[in-house]
Amino acid sequence: MAATTRFALVDCNSFYVSCERVFRPELEGVPVVVLSNNDGCVIARSNEAKALGLKMGTPYFQVKDLVKRERVEVFSSNYELYGDMSRRVVSTLSQFTPNLEVYSIDECFLDLSHLRPEEVGKYGHEIQETVLRWTGIPVSVGVAGTKTLAKVANKLAKKRPHANGVLSLQTAAETEEALRETQIGDVWGIGRQHAKRLQQLNVNTAWDLSKMPDGWVKKNMAVTGLRTLLELRGQPCQDLETETPGKKNICTSRSFGRPLTELKDIKEALSTHTVRCATKLRRQNSCAAGVTVFLMTNRFAVTEHLYCNSRTMQLPQPTSSELELLQRAMHLLKGMFRPGKRYVKVGIILTDLVPASEVQLDLFSSQKEEKHSKLMNTLDTLRQRFGHQALTYAVQGNKKESAVEEENRAPWMLQKKFLSSLYTTSVEGLLQVRA
Amino acid sequence: MKAEVILIDRPDVMQLHDMTAHHLSLFSSAVRAGFPSPAADYDAEPIDLNAYITQNPTATFLARVEGDSMIGAHIEPGDLVVIDRSLKPVSGRIVLAFVAGEFTIKRLMQKPDGAYLEPENPKYQSIKITQPDMGRIWGVVVGVVKKV
Repeated sequence: MAATTRFALVDCNSFYVSCERVFRPELEGVPVVVLSNNDGCVIARSNEAKALGLKMGTPYFQVKDLVKRERVEVFSSNYELYGDMSRRVVSTLSQFTPNLEVYSIDECFLDLSHLRPEEVGKYGHEIQETVLRWTGIPVSVGVAGTKTLAKVANKLAKKRPHANGVLSLQTAAETEEALRETQIGDVWGIGRQHAKRLQQLNVNTAWDLSKMPDGWVKKNMAVTGLRTLLELRGQPCQDLETETPGKKNICTSRSFGRPLTELKDIKEALSTHTVRCATKLRRQNSCAAGVTVFLMTNRFAVTEHLYCNSRTMQLPQPTSSELELLQRAMHLLKGMFRPGKRYVKVGIILTDLVPASEVQLDLFSSQKEEKHSKLMNTLDTLRQRFGHQALTYAVQGNKKESAVEEENRAPWMLQKKFLSSLYTTSVEGLLQVRA
Repeated sequence: MKAEVILIDRPDVMQLHDMTAHHLSLFSSAVRAGFPSPAADYDAEPIDLNAYITQNPTATFLARVEGDSMIGAHIEPGDLVVIDRSLKPVSGRIVLAFVAGEFTIKRLMQKPDGAYLEPENPKYQSIKITQPDMGRIWGVVVGVVKKV
């Protein structure tokens, strides 16, 4: 495949909010926010909510009054819905090019090298209109010769009112104007520390940065900084990553719905995380040779001593069997648990991953491995068909995470007081319409 | 008939995008030993009910019906309607519209004096779209899934 010479970054506008609005059109024009797991912080805002001064990452309890006064619509994060809508957006975008990189849940890089320059603007609008019509999700499109410049173009496509959500940087003059308009902290790959340092040197915009000497940037901002510099000048250093490499570590952890003191409750949570994590492991056809479990008390509680511990164990042989992993995880947890503490979070990390096909079977365990692998296959198939809670272990307890009523939920389960329906992934959750 | 029952009994039937999930195999040979199946060369793909019911799974959504205003079009309370957002809502098609703060299924009719959303039950009245911002078409209804 030839290297890409024109990148489009397609970014969904306020993605989580937009997902909610597809099924609640009356929320168009109304301030909407979506909260993080456990209804902790604001993680997505509609433009109207931004205008009210609601900031990303603000704890919900701090803005409760504002929310009530201004009648802001609040949602718990509905990742099942967002995941399905994201998949629909990606699938729509794949109609426009075979070469596409899913960069995050709401962003994709597209290879538009095949277009003639004069076609780009129209094509961008066509992408935008098609995604909106098919999925209901509004997107912005930024097009340029490098990924970093496509990011710049995308930000301005949202900001410039006359751009209508599509901006293509083709000539040197267009690029210069865009770079001058872009604050240094908004450049892709420039973290807060580097931004601060650059501002002290009077490097305030992306344009200023692009004029910095290579040597200085390499010395002070390492190779990744140099890459950003070259990309701002229009020299592509990162091609599309169309195939996502399997992850090296897989982690599943959640804060509890409320602080926990009982080992039994924490075991329920950890075993559920372990099953999730093992499922992810098998989905990428890997086996893990190491298991780490961590457990912590509230970082912010002043009156209590912070207790934060983790234990790691190497396995005799890499495995993807959740039976094996559950046993080890429970063992590690027991070793760390101290009574009398109020715990807020537990998690599991599977490490030292190897492709399942490369696992060397030793003579004595191979029969067990084979048995487990067949069992896991069956479990995966059944869970895919009937939902991930269709088959659980006794240690996970008998409460369902999908339950809405407080009494049907275990104390470790995340709070989701403002959860919308599973409109696209559950028969019970479907949109109700009048006829 | 059997095909319909299987489609409806699946709890994950709303996953219309998953083209491989709802195959109804009408043909499969499981000969383990002995003479090879003479039909093996003619093996065909199983029937895919998703492909039958929608052309574009990416843009297809399901919704549950309440109310009896479309009974004349065989859309009854409790049915699931299949909605394709990628189709153009042309006059004469049944659509899912969002009007006056509510989702409603009606037949779209373009008449000389304007657009109407018409019921298929004499008990109900047509809705005339008087202003462009009165409502919007959410998608075009392309199918109905019933439990019998």
